[in-house]
Order: sequence, then structure tokens, then C-alpha cells
Amino acid sequence: MTGAGNDRLNRSGAFRSVRTALLLPSWLVIGVFLLVPVFLMLVFSFLTKEFRGGVIWEFSLAAYDQFIFDRGLFGDEPPTIEWTYITIFCRSILQAAVATVLCLILGFPTAYFIATRDSRHRMVWLFLVTVPYWVNLLIRTVSMKFLIRDNGPLNELLLALGAISQPLTLINTDFAVQLGLFYSYLPFMVLPVYASVERYDFSLSEAAADLYAGRWTILRRVVFPVVRPGIVAGCILVFIPSLGAFLAPDLLGGAKNFMIGSLIEEQFKGNAGNWPFGAAVAMILLSMVLIALMIHARQQSRTEVG
Amino acid sequence: MARNSAVRHYPGFLSATLACLFILYAPLVVVMGYSFNASQSITVWGGFSLRWYHEVFVGTESAKFKSAAWNSVTIATAAAILSTSIATAAALGMVRGGWFRGKALSFALLTMPIMVPEIVTAVATLIFFSAIGLVLGYGSILIAHVVFCIPFAFLPIAARLQGIEPHYEEAAQDLYADRGQIFRHVLLPLMMPGVLAGFLLAFIISLDDFIITNFIKGSGVETLPTAIFGAVKQGIKPNIMALSTLLLLVSSLFVSVSYMVGSLGNRGGRSRSGKRGS
Repeated sequence: MTGAGNDRLNRSGAFRSVRTALLLPSWLVIGVFLLVPVFLMLVFSFLTKEFRGGVIWEFSLAAYDQFIFDRGLFGDEPPTIEWTYITIFCRSILQAAVATVLCLILGFPTAYFIATRDSRHRMVWLFLVTVPYWVNLLIRTVSMKFLIRDNGPLNELLLALGAISQPLTLINTDFAVQLGLFYSYLPFMVLPVYASVERYDFSLSEAAADLYAGRWTILRRVVFPVVRPGIVAGCILVFIPSLGAFLAPDLLGGAKNFMIGSLIEEQFKGNAGNWPFGAAVAMILLSMVLIALMIHARQQSRTEVG
Repeated sequence: MARNSAVRHYPGFLSATLACLFILYAPLVVVMGYSFNASQSITVWGGFSLRWYHEVFVGTESAKFKSAAWNSVTIATAAAILSTSIATAAALGMVRGGWFRGKALSFALLTMPIMVPEIVTAVATLIFFSAIGLVLGYGSILIAHVVFCIPFAFLPIAARLQGIEPHYEEAAQDLYADRGQIFRHVLLPLMMPGVLAGFLLAFIISLDDFIITNFIKGSGVETLPTAIFGAVKQGIKPNIMALSTLLLLVSSLFVSVSYMVGSLGNRGGRSRSGKRGS
């Protein structure tokens, strides 16, 4: 809005004539070191693998074939559907979705509560939520691992309280990965929802109350629809990094709790060493994210028109 | 007023907020507490001690941590300076450049490093560097960090610039200031809170990065996060908790500073708009 206004006012803009020169460094840096690499990754996913990492420059569909079909150990059996990777994808999508819902359930009331404080207290609450957002994700994940391990502080506390008689096995389970994702990306939900609720005009709630709407009806029928862009933004900010997460499954889950991120990492850093397959998996992940973003962009433009 | 607050407030939302903060802080507080544990064991509390902090600075692994810390800080500083400069120019071009064909595309390119999942960026960068034959190490880490820090610097700077009315530049132009003078003496001082916030964000994003660095660091070069990850793979030792606590304090310090810079900037903006209104 402001930008458009500026454009109109700034008829004699001093910087308009050098616009291209100003933008060129950023275009070049991101273009050469990210856009070109992503296209190269697409190319690599159609090449033949070299056994100790790297590729042979020969066209091949082997990477995508390996993702979908199982052709036996020597590749000469009739193809059957290979469920391993599809299962990893489905589980990752499910875990990212559950993490998003959990973050929304706890994040929305928090954001709403902070946005309805008076401005001085609001800054303090907001600061408290922001600090963990900027603390190193690796350190946060390691801290969670320390907290929930078999003879860790959480189990000791629960034993001392008499809530359990034996230490719970939390580490290396799907539950731990789920908890890790929820914990990692919770601030990503609170901040955009807060930004939306802060702009919400509470006279709308009052008008609804005057029309005898109950409190929870107002929340559902008035507040939610108005702050929906913030909620959607928060969901995207939690869902996308959860889907490609590496640290939570690697540190909190065991070998059984593979997610897409761990599968990709294994192809480049681990023992598998299959670059075309890793590139193909990364490509599939990127396509899913792009589809999600495009659906979001389309919905947004539709609400703006309507 | 009473009716107003009845509509605004919901029972249970305070509890949800406290639960949220508890979940966010509990693991960090526990690790901080145990970093002062005198005992060698990470399960038994043996009294208060600073021995693990001593261990971080002079212990057997201290040389490794020191070189990792040096790499982290120098890379973060260089990456933040470069990305903030590039992002400031880009913000001027985007916000003050008027409408042009492909503006939306340009915005998409500028924010691409945030949109693409980090692990995909890591894979693409590794493939690119190996295809062009670049030796993996300090230089490759720095290039990758500059790229993904650009949007984090760009967004606060562009937001700040959008809030600055173009009258200031127009007035300077009427007084025959050239483009360089307008930027140095008029726009840059007004943009400074945004530029500083962008710089601090870029610095901390670079300092914290693990996934991309882990892919492209090559062998031998470590940053603090990759060194900590390597150590944690062999079990969480008390000196790692001490090191984590130190890093945690550095991050908190940076957030506090950028918060203060931001609120100063906001106050400035508010007083200006107040003046305009009167």
C-alpha cells in the first residue's frame, strides 16, 4: 500500500533511473548461487550415479525409478511398488501436519493473548516469545534431547512426583520427533498470528456482542475469518520447515524415524552416496512446497478479488 | 469498558500463553542449570561449579572449539556485511524504483532463499560447487551464507524504507543534492534502524546455520554448530552444555539489541508521523 503510494508521489524519483544497477547485485548473487544450482539439481536427478558420490553424465531415470519401483537386488525382477520412500514421504507429511495443528492450538491463544495486552506489557510478552525464536535450533534440539532422555530430568521429575513408576522411553520414538518439530517451530506460528490479531479491529467483536453472539461464536465467526491470513502464514512457516526437517528426526528419532530430510542427507553425507537419488528426492520435496505455496497464492488473490 | 474487556478476553488464553512459554524455555533452562553441575556425570547433581566453562576455554577440545568459533564469527561478520549491502541496494531499487516489468519476479527471486526448504538449498549448493570444481571450505561456506542471508536483511530494510515518505528526497533534490548526497545524508540516516535490524538478523542467521554449512563445509573446516553437532553425536557431555549456554547468551544478547534498535526506530517513526499530523 505504502509502496504504491510512494511510487505515485515519487514522480521525480532520484533512484528510478539506477533501479537496474541497484537490483543487479542481488539478482546475480541469488541467480548464480541458488537459481542455477536448483536447475542443476534437476539435471543431476536425471543422471547416472557414481558409486562413491558424484555422477556420471549419462541420462537416466534410475533415481525416480528407484523412488517408485522395487526391481529386486540385481534389478532384473519384475517391478513392484517400492513402499519404503513413499512411506517416508507420507509419514513426513503427516508429522509436519500434526506439528502445524499442535502449533496452531497452542500458538493462536498465545498470540491473541499477547495482542490484547496494553502496549507496554505486550512488548515484554513478545520479547519472551522472540528470544527462543532466535536461539540456535541445534542447541534447542539438543536441549530437548537432554530433557527427555531415559534417565533425564523429565523422567526424574515424573518419578519423584510418583506420576510414573518406571522411566518412560521417549527418545528415539515418533513421539519425540513430533515433540521436537512442535517445539522447534512453535514461535514461527505465534509471531505471524500475533501480527494479524494486533491489527484486528475489536469493534467488530463488540458489534457481534451487541447482536447477542456468544464469546466463542465471535471467535469462530468474526475473529478467525479476519485474522485468517496470519493463521495461514503461520501454518506455512511451520509446515514447510517441518517437512524438510533434519535435526529433530536425526537427534530425537532413531534409525526407524526417518523423515525426508534424513533421507536426503544420507545420500550426500551418509553411507548411501547416491547423488542422483538425493537430487530427485530434494526435487520432489521442492515441488510439493511449490505446489503448497501456489495454492496459497491463488487463494489469497481470490479472497482479494472477492 | 467492562463490556469491552468481556468481548476481548477469553478464559484459558493466559494458561495457554504460560504453557507456551514453559515449553519454549524449560529445555533451555534445564541445560543452562546442568552446565553449572560440578559432577562428571550428567545425571547426578554434584553442586555448583564453573569447571565446564573452564573446560570449554582451556580443556582438551578447546583448540577445536576456538577455531570453530573464529570461523563462525568471521563468516557471520563478512556474510552480514555483504548481504546487508546487497540488500540495501535491492531495497532502494524495489521500493524507490517505481513500477517495472518483472517486479513480482524480482521479489520472488529476492525471497527465494526463505521459500526453498533449507535442505534443498543445501543439496543444490553442494551439487553446484562440485560441478564448477570449487574447493569446499571457508570460501564455499561464506558464499552460501551471503546468499541465504540476503532476504533476512532485505525484508526489514524494505519495510523501513516503505515507511519513509518520499518528501525528504524530493526536498533534498529541490536543494540540488545529487543521488549520492541524498542517499548518504537523507535516506541512509532515516533507514538506519532497518539496516541495523537487517544486519543483526543476517549475522545471527549465519552464526546459527547448521544444515547448509554441514553439507558444504568440506572436511577440516568447522563452524560452532557443526562442531557441537559432531560432539553431540558421541553423547551430550557437560562441556557441550556450557558451550551451548554461552551461545544461547550471545543469541539472547543480539535479540535484545535488535529489539532495542527496532523500538527506537518505531518511536522515531511515530514522533515523525505525529508531527505531520499536527
